[in-house]
Amino acid sequence: MPLDPSFIGRSYPPTAPYQVGREKIREFADAIGAPEAAYRDVEAARALGHPDVIAPPTFPVIISMAAGDQITNDPALGLDYSRVVHGDQRFRYTRPVRAGDQLVCVIAVEEITQRGGHDFITTRSEITTEDGEHVVSVWAKLVVRGEGH
Amino acid sequence: MEIGQELPPVTFRVTRRDLIRYAGASGDFNPIHWSDRVATKVGLPSVIAHGMYTMALVGRAVTGWVGDPAAVVDYSVRFTKPVVVPDDDAGAEVVVSGVVKSSTEDGLVQINVTAVSAGEKVLGMARALVRLPEVPGQRGVVQVGTVSGAAAADA
Repeated sequence: MPLDPSFIGRSYPPTAPYQVGREKIREFADAIGAPEAAYRDVEAARALGHPDVIAPPTFPVIISMAAGDQITNDPALGLDYSRVVHGDQRFRYTRPVRAGDQLVCVIAVEEITQRGGHDFITTRSEITTEDGEHVVSVWAKLVVRGEGH
Repeated sequence: MEIGQELPPVTFRVTRRDLIRYAGASGDFNPIHWSDRVATKVGLPSVIAHGMYTMALVGRAVTGWVGDPAAVVDYSVRFTKPVVVPDDDAGAEVVVSGVVKSSTEDGLVQINVTAVSAGEKVLGMARALVRLPEVPGQRGVVQVGTVSGAAAADA
C-alpha cells in the first residue's frame, strides 16, 4: 500500500536533549577507524579552535536515526520497516557537533513519492542546541521496496 | 587543492567485526548488517555494510585529504549498491577516490567522491563541500591560492 502523501510536511515533537559525550565520540570515531586527535583529545581540539572534542561528520546520524523512529514506528503511516533500504543521506553543517552539546532534534517528513512500485520517503532533521543554535540539518531518503521487488 | 585535482585513493577493509562494532556505536542494529539468515531472506547475497558505515569511511577520506576534521560543511551520498561483507578475515574492500570539482565565492571547495567495492560503484552523487583549513602563519587565508589584501595585511 503506498505511503500516504498527506504526511508530507508533518513534523514530529522535539526529541529529549541528547547530551554529546566525549566517550561516545571516541567510541564512534574508533568504530569508523577515524584517527584524528580532535575526536579524542581536548587539547588537540582546542588547538584547532574548538571548545571541546568534536565529532566525525556522520556522528549526528545517531540522533537523527533515533528521531526517525517516530516516523518509521508511526502506526498511522504504516511503514513496513523490513522492506526499507537506505537511499540517500545528507548532512549540512553550521558547525561541528562537539562534546558538551545538548542537542534537540525535530524531524519532519519532507517528501513522499512513488516510482517503479517503490515508495520513497525523505525526512529532514533539524538538530539544534537547547538554546536554538543550529548545528546540523540531516536528510535521509528511505526506499520502501514494493511487494515482489 | 586545485580544481581538477585528483585526490589519492584511500583503501578501507571492512570485516563483519567492523559492522558489529559500528552497529553498537551507532545504534543501528538492523539485522541485515549482522545476520546472514535475515540478509538472505530479504534477497541480499549476504550481510551488507551499513550505508552509514560506508559514508563514514568516505568522510574519513575527505577529512584526511583536507587535513581538518571540521572541514565538512555539506556532505551527501546516494547508496547505489550494497557493500557485501563476507564472513571471513579479509572482509570487503572499499576504495575511495576524489576529485576537486569547484570552489565557491566563500572559499568552500566541492569534492566529488567515488567509492568502489568488488568492482562496483557503491555510492552515487557523493559530494562533500569543505572549508579548507587556515594555513599556519597566514591566519585568515582560507582560499585556495589567493591571498586577499586584508588577510595579507593581518598575516
